[in-house]
Amino acid sequence: MNENAEPNRRPWPAAFMRRLGRILPPDGLLQKSADVAVYECDGLPVYRARPLAVALPRTVAEVGQVLALCTEYGVPVVARGAGTGLSGGALPHPEGVVLGLARLDRIVALDPDCRLARVEPGVRNLAISEAAQPFGLFYAPDPSSQIACTIGGNVAENAGGVHCLKYGLTTHNVLALKFFTADGVLHEIGGPTGEAPLDLAALLTGSEGLLGVVVEITVRLRPRPPATVAWLAAFRSLEDAAASVSQVVSEGIIPAGLELMDSLALSAAQDYTGIRYPEGSAAVVLAEVDGDDLAVVLDGERLRAIFMAHGAFALQQASRDEDRRRLWLGRKSAFPAVGRLAPDYYCMDGTIPRRSLVPVLTEIAALSRRYGRPVANVFHAGDGNLHPLILYDAAIPGQLERVEALGADILRLCLRHGGTISGEHGVGVEKLDGMCAQFSAAELAVFHALKSAFDPHHLLNPGKAVPTPARCVEPGGMHVHEGRLPFSRLERF
Amino acid sequence: MKDHDHALALAAAVRAAYDADAPLEIVAGGTRRAFGRSPAGAPLSVAAHTGIVEYDPTEFVVTVRAGTPMVALEEVLGRERQVLMVDVPRFSAASTIGGALAIGLTGPSRPYSGALRDAVLGARIVSGTGEILRFGGQVLKNVAGFDVARLMVGSYGTLGLLLDVSLRVARCADAEVVRDLALDWRTAHAALRRWEGALPVTGACYADGVLHVRLAGREERVAAACQIIGGEAGEPTLFHELRDLRGPFFSQPGDLWRLLVPSDAPWDPQETLIDWAGAQRFWRFSGDPQPVLEHAARYRGQAMRLLGADRSQGPWAAPAPATMALMARVKAAMDPRAILNRGRLYPDW
Repeated sequence: MNENAEPNRRPWPAAFMRRLGRILPPDGLLQKSADVAVYECDGLPVYRARPLAVALPRTVAEVGQVLALCTEYGVPVVARGAGTGLSGGALPHPEGVVLGLARLDRIVALDPDCRLARVEPGVRNLAISEAAQPFGLFYAPDPSSQIACTIGGNVAENAGGVHCLKYGLTTHNVLALKFFTADGVLHEIGGPTGEAPLDLAALLTGSEGLLGVVVEITVRLRPRPPATVAWLAAFRSLEDAAASVSQVVSEGIIPAGLELMDSLALSAAQDYTGIRYPEGSAAVVLAEVDGDDLAVVLDGERLRAIFMAHGAFALQQASRDEDRRRLWLGRKSAFPAVGRLAPDYYCMDGTIPRRSLVPVLTEIAALSRRYGRPVANVFHAGDGNLHPLILYDAAIPGQLERVEALGADILRLCLRHGGTISGEHGVGVEKLDGMCAQFSAAELAVFHALKSAFDPHHLLNPGKAVPTPARCVEPGGMHVHEGRLPFSRLERF
Repeated sequence: MKDHDHALALAAAVRAAYDADAPLEIVAGGTRRAFGRSPAGAPLSVAAHTGIVEYDPTEFVVTVRAGTPMVALEEVLGRERQVLMVDVPRFSAASTIGGALAIGLTGPSRPYSGALRDAVLGARIVSGTGEILRFGGQVLKNVAGFDVARLMVGSYGTLGLLLDVSLRVARCADAEVVRDLALDWRTAHAALRRWEGALPVTGACYADGVLHVRLAGREERVAAACQIIGGEAGEPTLFHELRDLRGPFFSQPGDLWRLLVPSDAPWDPQETLIDWAGAQRFWRFSGDPQPVLEHAARYRGQAMRLLGADRSQGPWAAPAPATMALMARVKAAMDPRAILNRGRLYPDW
């Protein structure tokens, strides 16, 4: 039965597989090695594992039955959407089932008058905005993977995006959830305004699949703003650019997006897209303001004044859709562009208070020199969410280890400045050690207690997001457990 | 404002109560004790735990101790021309920010600037075992760990004792006006839809055939919006009264119910006040709540008894048994011996 079974894996009883097959549609159960291989990683491919099987239900009822069966046999379940996550949250359990929810892709209801949509978890993020477009509405959270990522995955990760400075994260845009606990029992929480006796939706959103499997999401839709203007300001120093960002927000302007790219990211984007940034740019700030015609004019005037005061030497603005797309193109394609500079890059996701942007970027540059690894910065400056991209070559022995050490130093730096180890990508398997640095043993114990309240047998995505107390043997600091890196056994690409 | 950190004493008091298995009623300003069921236990006051822990106006984030009176907090923010991001009710000068978060009500700004829970970035709490714990942080984007800080909002103090909270704040509006328009509800709702996102509307309520609209923001935008929507000048304090559940409607007798419904639900003669641009309806209704619950269910909505004469009844009806059991397990994870505000939301926890 288990042609892909490895010697150290515990095979499941044949009865489990038979019953699983009966629950699912004919093409809904994958077991062959070649079939399950597609699911062995998510958007962070340094972590890979093959599940024993992949279940692809088509209905909510099937999801519940699969969960109940897995509970009966004590089989771990890793729920998965499009697999675009960046922290290994959908990494399969080697003795578990991957529960792929992409086929639950119906928009159940769209109510333009009440500004809400009820959708299944496999609906793509962008598909919601596309369905809402004819009514002049959109769904605001827009992670960069929005063309592919699913709303179920967005809920699991509390996904952000360029526009969350103004419109909030996923948690601010979810009104109601239907979810299964691990035992296959369905729960409904929230309502037309998101109120509830206990805000379980707040707990579920961003819980990385540890607490429940969400099968229907009611999201808030917003009217498309009548006017949108994008600004690009070029600076001769990264510090000036960062300082201008702090000032924009401190003056009370809330742009829909406020992004920063440094010189390494700019040159990568130029090479990749053919876009030309102003000659001599050490950093570029992109700002988008939206609202009524008057609001974008008033905000625009102030943006111009702030950028000029901080030494911007070139300013561009665009209001037509096509022109704005061009202005944003370099930013939107920055990750793949940077990906061409080196065989591998490691993307960090720390968040800091905006006032610390200048000192933290300066320290990251110093760390980059000390470790001898180039770091490109392209990030959501307006909300202090950094994405330093550390360039390296995994084929060179020892380089990944140095990059991970540099990454750990950057996260410690964020914590020292009052920030967090993950702004929007999640903890997954990647930042478990960082959790030990951010939370005390008592706080982690509460996370485990909450996990047990939802999932007493720890079958849902076990081992992710919240480290065990044993892993955090060195309180207050990242550490290498037993002299080994936590995932040194895993294949790397 | 007095600056006093009583965190250790509060944690010790909860720990002692945990050891003695003796429940505590968390109080501060005492202005919200009528909300929820009557809790068991001796009062433990957070009122002396006051002051601003951290406030950097350029970050638009304030970290404040839970016993701080709302008016004192607003005075500090006002000096920097800032305000809380959402309307938060207060019932007297004694009302504290901790109490406001525990009950979790958001005023008329809800449809335009989000719920009170949306403004919460992090919290430090005392758990039911007397431990001081910190969740969330001071930054907008933070996905490390379960979102326990937000879970605290509206939990009626049953999950933890709030020590301090980090809240997003906003720039104070330069101008604020109220306009009144005589319209039927359908027309009013359609107008609100047209204006949303295009005009600086920050509140909209409907009563007795009149739509009251609050406009706030920069002078130029408010002036332009007044021209567009027309109507007559309204009572400037109306939305403050609505926020604090004051005014003629709220002085009528009977239990006070909130119905949370899709905003386009028709106007019902039972309800005398529509808030939240349609999504929140207030009813005065005593006796068997079945008609209220049925009305809410008809629109896939919810009903919450905000204030009632019978303190044995909680604000929320019990959800489905399995979900109720799940909530009880969440309570036990935070407060295993049900020391904190036992019985305030539901019997026994």
